[in-house]
Amino acid sequence: MSAVLYDVPGPRAKARNRILNVVVIVGLLAVVGWVVYRLNESGQFAERRWIQFTYSSIQQELWGGLLNTLKAAGLAAVLALLFGAVFAAARISDHWWFRAPATFVVELFRAIPLLILMFFFYYGSLQFDLGLTPFWAVVFGLTLYNGSVLAEVFRAGIAAVPKGQREAAYATGLRKNQVVRLILLPQAITSMLPAIVSQLVVLLKDTALGFIITYAELLYVAKQMGGRLQYGFPYIPTYIVVAIIYIGLCSLLSVVARYLEGRSRRQRRTRGTPPPSAAEAATSVEAPL
Amino acid sequence: MLSVLTDNWELFVDGFWTTLRLFVIAAVLSLALGTLLAGFRVSPVPAMRAIGTGYVNVVRNTPLTLVFAFLVFGAPKMQISLPTFFWSAVVALTLYTSAFVCEIVRSGINTISPGQAEAARSVGMTFIQVLGIVVLPQAFRAIVPPLTSVMIALLKNTTIAAGFSVAEAGAIPAVMAERGQNQMATLVWITIGFLILIIPLVFLQRWAERRTAVA
Repeated sequence: MSAVLYDVPGPRAKARNRILNVVVIVGLLAVVGWVVYRLNESGQFAERRWIQFTYSSIQQELWGGLLNTLKAAGLAAVLALLFGAVFAAARISDHWWFRAPATFVVELFRAIPLLILMFFFYYGSLQFDLGLTPFWAVVFGLTLYNGSVLAEVFRAGIAAVPKGQREAAYATGLRKNQVVRLILLPQAITSMLPAIVSQLVVLLKDTALGFIITYAELLYVAKQMGGRLQYGFPYIPTYIVVAIIYIGLCSLLSVVARYLEGRSRRQRRTRGTPPPSAAEAATSVEAPL
Repeated sequence: MLSVLTDNWELFVDGFWTTLRLFVIAAVLSLALGTLLAGFRVSPVPAMRAIGTGYVNVVRNTPLTLVFAFLVFGAPKMQISLPTFFWSAVVALTLYTSAFVCEIVRSGINTISPGQAEAARSVGMTFIQVLGIVVLPQAFRAIVPPLTSVMIALLKNTTIAAGFSVAEAGAIPAVMAERGQNQMATLVWITIGFLILIIPLVFLQRWAERRTAVA
């Protein structure tokens, strides 16, 4: 589409675009230069502020934070997928007394801010002495929120399988359970995979909220490291390092999502039947937090 | 249960008022910045496209909490400080939300039939006119539902400011803990408050979905 927004550039437009290109690049360099100048001026590149990253104990500290992040994200991902599967199944049930409560739960947990969900477990544990560590508050919060979003993704994926598939399956005498399990799910899962992986990126990013309820994940460790006087409060260097780690991790997952999307698109083309992209339908269900 | 709310009424009102202000200011700013970035991403100038793509890819893969932390703890160290934590929160929310707005606006541009842009071009409109007069107004109609989802996410994300010294609704539990109040009741009231704010947005989304479905 973007190609039809403007004509194939002629000589004058080409020249104009080239000038604009240079202007934009100069502008960008000016902004980057200003930031670097500011960083340099305030001594952020001083060796004192970076030297700690060469110490193995500091590296271990970072590594520990990263492991805590991955631990919470991994466990929450598994639980959220389970939660999503169960509630998606309940939401497509034929019995209203099964469907209605599931719908209520899913809609409720999608509407509550994730941090407030975590607070429920964090403060609830303090008040009722449940002995839940911040780790569990993070994991349960992430599970409930992302599980609800995933339930919607699953449901949208199943709904997006062409109707004929379902009708044909019923016509051959399969029962609802079999239709969903044998016909709809296998097709839905292929088309949903990209959306599921993008939701897992969201989940991974949201572990950083654990910082607020004192769970010692990567960002929390970074705050501790940034506050050290003997290295001149190296907040900026540590945040740069941590940002690179987060962006690297999430980009990796995003690349997987894009690969899966491309693969399912290719398969569709060879099969010659273009079912509506459930991935697109599902990603629009919920905006990422 | 009710006394938790009535005894601390001014705390709840102040908190939600700050939440609402954060939300409205960040929403307006991120809509503007996001649309501008989307314009960058479809522009004929390669450098602009690269800036748009780079921004979206980096910001979408960064936790919002990290953006907050950088602005609140990091930026003052390089002698860039915003007047108050409130404005740091506005900037963090805007920078983060713009990336998502940009992606949605861009996908909206893609849904407009090419004939529209071609017709606009054939009457001699420039790129900016094609985009501003013909394509974007139609695109916005189609993207109201996903845009509302992003706005709901933004509203919920305002709670993160609680971790960074902004006294919005998400910061109420900490104050209530000091006052020795019942935390569960406090959280239930905050949840209800957010539901009251979010439900109109959900209805707007449903309504827009129905309208665009007919059109």
